[in-house]
Amino acid sequence: MSEAVALHAPAIRRDPGKFWIVPPAALLVLLFFYPLALIARQAFLDDSGVANAAEIFRVLHSRFFLNALINTVTISVAATAGCLIVGLVLALILAFVPFPGSSFIARLIDTFIALPTFLVTLAFTFLYGSAGMLNTGLMEAFSLPLPPVDFLYSTWGVVLAEVTVYTPFILRPLLAAFSLVDRGQIEAASVLGARPFRIVRQVILPAAIPALIAGGSLCLLLTVNEFGIVLFIGAKGVITLPLLIYGKAIQESAYQVACIIAVVNIALSLGLFGLYRFAAGRLGV
Amino acid sequence: MSAVAFTGTSVMDIDAAKIRGAGSNVHFDKVSVAYGAHVVLHPLTLDIAPGEILAMIGPSGSGKTTALRAVAGFVRPASGRIRIGATDVTDLPPYERGLGMVVQNYALFPHMRVEDNVAFGLRAQGADKALIAERVKDALGTVGMATFARRYPRELSGGQQQRVAIARALAVRPRVLLLDEPLSALDAQIRRNMVEEIARLHRSLPGLTILYVTHDQTEALTLADKIAIMRDGRVCSHGPTTELYRRPPNRFTAEFLGRANLLPVTIAEPVGSKGLATARHGDSVLTGAGRDEKAGDKSLLCIRPQHLSLTADAEHTNRIVGTLRDVHWQGELTHLVLDVDGTPVRVSATKLPIALPEPGARVPLFFAPTDTSLLPEDSGV
Ligand SMILES: Nc1ncnc2c1ncn2[C@@H]1O[C@H](COP(=O)(O)OP(=O)(O)OP(=O)(O)O)[C@@H](O)[C@H]1O
Ligand SMILES: [Mg+2]
Repeated sequence: MSEAVALHAPAIRRDPGKFWIVPPAALLVLLFFYPLALIARQAFLDDSGVANAAEIFRVLHSRFFLNALINTVTISVAATAGCLIVGLVLALILAFVPFPGSSFIARLIDTFIALPTFLVTLAFTFLYGSAGMLNTGLMEAFSLPLPPVDFLYSTWGVVLAEVTVYTPFILRPLLAAFSLVDRGQIEAASVLGARPFRIVRQVILPAAIPALIAGGSLCLLLTVNEFGIVLFIGAKGVITLPLLIYGKAIQESAYQVACIIAVVNIALSLGLFGLYRFAAGRLGV
Repeated sequence: MSAVAFTGTSVMDIDAAKIRGAGSNVHFDKVSVAYGAHVVLHPLTLDIAPGEILAMIGPSGSGKTTALRAVAGFVRPASGRIRIGATDVTDLPPYERGLGMVVQNYALFPHMRVEDNVAFGLRAQGADKALIAERVKDALGTVGMATFARRYPRELSGGQQQRVAIARALAVRPRVLLLDEPLSALDAQIRRNMVEEIARLHRSLPGLTILYVTHDQTEALTLADKIAIMRDGRVCSHGPTTELYRRPPNRFTAEFLGRANLLPVTIAEPVGSKGLATARHGDSVLTGAGRDEKAGDKSLLCIRPQHLSLTADAEHTNRIVGTLRDVHWQGELTHLVLDVDGTPVRVSATKLPIALPEPGARVPLFFAPTDTSLLPEDSGV
């Protein structure tokens, strides 16, 4: 063995294969790390290019930043919880309640992943918006002067839209995990006297925990960074970190402030991504 | 291991007394099952007595698992009723039927320790903690797995997993135990031990009714009080094990259970006072145990391979002659294959003459009339 290594060692030195790492690495540095580094650097410089670290503390303690952070976390946690619940219920039905066309439904829900997120928001506006079908219908039916349903233009509207958009991200890994659950175990549990609810809790869910964690952290990650939905709904006062960055950078040209918030946003994302990779690794995907 | 496993558990003996006579019968009343238009179980009427082991055997796809799953409640009969004891369970969900089930791949819960696997049923039924602890200990003791309580299923061998699966099923004190090829994932040696253990288990729980599905006829012959032989979704014979083996009612049963030799004969004289009839095979006149055959009937004379001998004596009064085709030596047994006027005849012998005949030689074979059975040549089922 060691002999073989020794024989091949000189060959490796001349092996051009290892230089193939250079183009992708260079590309990565150029397109990804360099701009990130610029953002991080910009966070320490005021907009005339002078170092100003005190601004960081000011921003991090400011009302608008803390509000946006709280909004982001609230929306993302609520949406993820919603996705987990809806996804779990849907996955259980699709995987364990045999009905004709269940695989078609699963695939249909899957195609949601392919759609741009704001499209769903647009559809929501048509359905639940102040001039949407639900409100005009109710106004006509009960001759109301004002649209009675206005949850869409609030935190909950954003959460609902995000749940709709991101549930498939939970559904997919769950269905994969459920397809691996031995039907024999479910039957054994059933013969032993366990009712469906107990079977779900004690036999099916333990097998799905890695999938739930992986799907859940992916949802957290995506909802923390969600921009399109929040912007499209345009609920008054519902400002999240991505929206704040957009506002500061594009509308106010306050680049340092935007970059400081961006760094926080990136840190949050990377943390959640780490959680996702960890869970996905446990799941073996 | 196998010798101690199911014995020497005094707790079990007390339980056995408690459970004795508490078994339920299982009654199939014209139960049929169909998948779409495909009928896989034709109206089946069958009774398993309390405390009886019924082995259901038959070729692959004959509907054994389907029948068992109908009892468990996973297959809904297209028609007919299933009763367990006095209860009509046809419309009950599986979790209300009070059964135990063990299947080929054990289906243990992988994320639960052995003890939690065994406790699962009791917890599901809301038993109190003390009872659960006691029953789990008993059940694991019964199958010789008491020292493995803290392990996870993946830390056990196949045979050990199967014992745990049996313990899990027994812990709930089922009225009926359903076993679907419980041993077929094990290798031959362990399987033999497990068959012995299940037999011992049943001796210690005599009230337990068992439906045992297998395609292994040795398991069936060793364990079962009665055997039902399935073929194409029908029971083609059903009866006490020894009787079915000694007097198979039809060709399929004779061949499936113990690979009988079937010699075509013509009845010469119907059954006389000793239950023996006389029949001709070519030039040979043979006597065999008959039923209601009439003179001139075409019939089959069933002779088990181990009942054929190469030497004559006072009992082996029937004689046929065949051409030796093949000899297989298997240690304790030697298998000979002969050709008797176009019918292949197998002989399994423990004792053989010192000078074994060469293939091609004409060899006389002798057998006792009482070791034979006449059966109708053309039995549809
Ligand atoms: N879910 C199903 N859908 C359609 N056909 C089925 C289904 N389950 C079983 N069958 C058919 O029913 C017939 C009987 O199957 P069953 O599993 O009862 O056979 P078996 O006697 O247990 O065979 P084996 O010895 O191979 O286990 C087979 O022809 C099988 O193809
Ligand atoms: Mg089967």
